[in-house]
Amino acid sequence: MKTQILSTQISKTDPSRRTFLAGAAGAAVCVIAPSARATPEEMAQAIKDFTGGKPVREGGVEVDIPVLLESGHSVPTIVRVDSPMNAQNYVRAIAVFNERNPQPNVGVFHLTPRSGRAFVSTRIRLGDSQKVVAVAQMSDGSFRSGSIDVIVTLPACVEGA
Amino acid sequence: MARALINVPAKAKKGEIIEIKTMLSHPMETGFRPAADGKLVPRNIIKRFVCTYDGEAVFSADLFPAISANPFLSFTLVATNSGVITFSWTDDNGQTQVQTAKIEVA
Repeated sequence: MKTQILSTQISKTDPSRRTFLAGAAGAAVCVIAPSARATPEEMAQAIKDFTGGKPVREGGVEVDIPVLLESGHSVPTIVRVDSPMNAQNYVRAIAVFNERNPQPNVGVFHLTPRSGRAFVSTRIRLGDSQKVVAVAQMSDGSFRSGSIDVIVTLPACVEGA
Repeated sequence: MARALINVPAKAKKGEIIEIKTMLSHPMETGFRPAADGKLVPRNIIKRFVCTYDGEAVFSADLFPAISANPFLSFTLVATNSGVITFSWTDDNGQTQVQTAKIEVA
């Protein structure tokens, strides 16, 4: 009997406790208003700004990020592009974009034939589970892209981050 | 301005592709984060990184707030000749930090 009463008491208090915890977690995590986030459309626009509206062919660009991330604060990100990287045929720039951080841009990396390899490695912030896209500008003026979908369990917009 | 870590091989063979690793101690304040008083902390990020090899810019980067604090950048270069590789980071306040590394190419 006693245990039954106890369990009803717990179930009574449980929902409010859950709501409180959910609210507290929400307040801590979502310091950025939803409207302040970039959208897939904004990312598409940012890519368009980078390419000048030229067509982007998918493939030949590898975005290497662990698919499941515990934290979005410092995400190891590697981009590789298929290119011989000689004076005639090389990657001029690699731009990285995301669709759910406050801004769609992550970085633009300018390479030269003296780079030897079309490779760049950095660490980025991810505010949510989302798609990360890399667009490469080739020396002949064409554009290629690659992308990856990643899951972030603790996004990079937590206070004090 | 801050402490920088640079990893450049001291010696390389001519034509060898070497990997360079750089990291600068910097908060990369996004401008989206509120401080304890509720006001947004003003943005201060490293927005430009340039690597020159014997005076020629061989790699550069335009960075945005989505780059993590203490920006880490790694890239490759072809070891062409002995010389000095220079790294420079510029932040929103216009402060620039310059570091150099020597490489011996045989």
